[in-house]
Amino acid sequence: MITLENVSVAYGTGARRVLAASDVSLHVTPGEAFGLVGESGSGKSTVLRAVAGLIAHAEGRIVLAGQEMGRRRSTATRKMVQMVFQDPYGSLHPNQTVDQILSMPVAIHRLGDADRRVATALREVGLGREHRFRYPHQLSGGQRQRVAIARALILQPRILLLDEPTSALDVSVQAEILNLLTRLRRDHGLTMLMVSHDLAVIAHLCERIGVMSRGELLELTTADALASGTVTHPYTKQLLRSNQGFDPSSVDIDATPAA
Amino acid sequence: MSDAPLLTVRNLRVVYPSDEGDFRAVRNVSFTLGRERLGIVGESGSGKSTTGRAIMGLVPEPGRVEADLLRLGDTDLRTLNERGFRKLRGKRIAMVLQDPKYSLDPVMTVGRQIAETHRHHFRSSAKQARAAALEMLEAVHIRDPERVYTQYPHQVSGGMGQRIMIAMMLIAGPDLLIADEPTSALDVTVQHQVLAIMDEQVRKRGMGLILISHNLHLVSSFCDRVLVMYAGQIVESCKAAHLSEAQHPYTRGLLAALPELGHRRLVLPQLQRDPAWLEDVAPLTDATP
Repeated sequence: MITLENVSVAYGTGARRVLAASDVSLHVTPGEAFGLVGESGSGKSTVLRAVAGLIAHAEGRIVLAGQEMGRRRSTATRKMVQMVFQDPYGSLHPNQTVDQILSMPVAIHRLGDADRRVATALREVGLGREHRFRYPHQLSGGQRQRVAIARALILQPRILLLDEPTSALDVSVQAEILNLLTRLRRDHGLTMLMVSHDLAVIAHLCERIGVMSRGELLELTTADALASGTVTHPYTKQLLRSNQGFDPSSVDIDATPAA
Repeated sequence: MSDAPLLTVRNLRVVYPSDEGDFRAVRNVSFTLGRERLGIVGESGSGKSTTGRAIMGLVPEPGRVEADLLRLGDTDLRTLNERGFRKLRGKRIAMVLQDPKYSLDPVMTVGRQIAETHRHHFRSSAKQARAAALEMLEAVHIRDPERVYTQYPHQVSGGMGQRIMIAMMLIAGPDLLIADEPTSALDVTVQHQVLAIMDEQVRKRGMGLILISHNLHLVSSFCDRVLVMYAGQIVESCKAAHLSEAQHPYTRGLLAALPELGHRRLVLPQLQRDPAWLEDVAPLTDATP
């Protein structure tokens, strides 16, 4: 469903050219959930944005559902790939009601029947009719993230891209959103590509996981391998240790942080 | 742990008046702190940050802070005015906030900011303050203090920024450090470095530390003791190492809702909030031990 072959993404030109992602290859089968983990600046979000078509890739091939992605994308392709962003406080238009936010993509793609579609999408993400004519500031963080998910789902995409969908949320709300994503994936046969810095979150939702650092895909592993600790790359091992809580003996105070 | 507590808080209340009656952000919070590392956990809006701010005298008008007892060593914090608090802050209590990007002055080099704190509290000369600041930067494991001294906040990374904050907070030698989500904006590996530095300094100086965080794993692995807050109250208090055996349904619910490596569940148990958790817990009286 998603195939990346030696994809590189660069920002800037000439001497100031920075490779944010270099030579990334991965394959996600239909209905699978694939996770990308890494620290800030590792290039994980860059890869996601390249798949979404928000930034152009410099080299390599991106193939979605059998079609190679070029410079411009057709409306049909854009409809097929939808994205949910990290911060539901920043990704919803503050001056539009939930109804307007959800009607917009329907209008853009000329799907018609907006009223019914909005109602269905809201029901699907567990929001009621009372939320439909509210503004984002009248909703909690979890409800906002549900609206953002509904906005992606309303186009009936086949691929859902998730950029840290729960990192701005409290633990109890995170559980609700993760459960919602699990259910939506099952009900709609969605293919998911998710980015997170939280190993436990990503291993909860995804079967296969790619570990990124400094723009490179270091290791392809699985949730099971992470759980049993049978990962090979030293960086992955370090990430795994860091995720198991604070242990003064494993911290190197003087190590230079990864840039 | 030595005899007299560093900080005694008994029935602390923080109230914000509003049109629909008073909003009680913190309700009858009581604890004592020795030379130890105390964690306060809870979700957003639980009152954990407000508790920290009340101790610092940083609750803004029209908010009201009331307590039966609020003592730092032999100082009664309830009677202090703004002037009194200003003498105390930095010198005896210090606070590290979440994002160094916002808590450092963007138009002053980091060295000058640290030195300023020293000059303010010790009336030291520029030269003495500079020497003290450089020494402090070295203490927080900054490899090239001379270079960092002359940098502006936007030129340093998040982890470095937080080390600088810690240096600035500790330069006047406070007894108590309140760290409010000090590492939430940082990557995990950097997070642990910053915590290790904080831990090292707190131990070396024999200080008390209050770590406020939403991260249950972090608090339980870093602190000695944990207070769990919900809707402005402490619902549970336990040894940090025993957090996994917590009794209160709220704490248990939070722990269960966390996804866990090696224990994959198809559906995560969602927290069912019980209205009974909102009921007032009994305030401490002289009779209660």
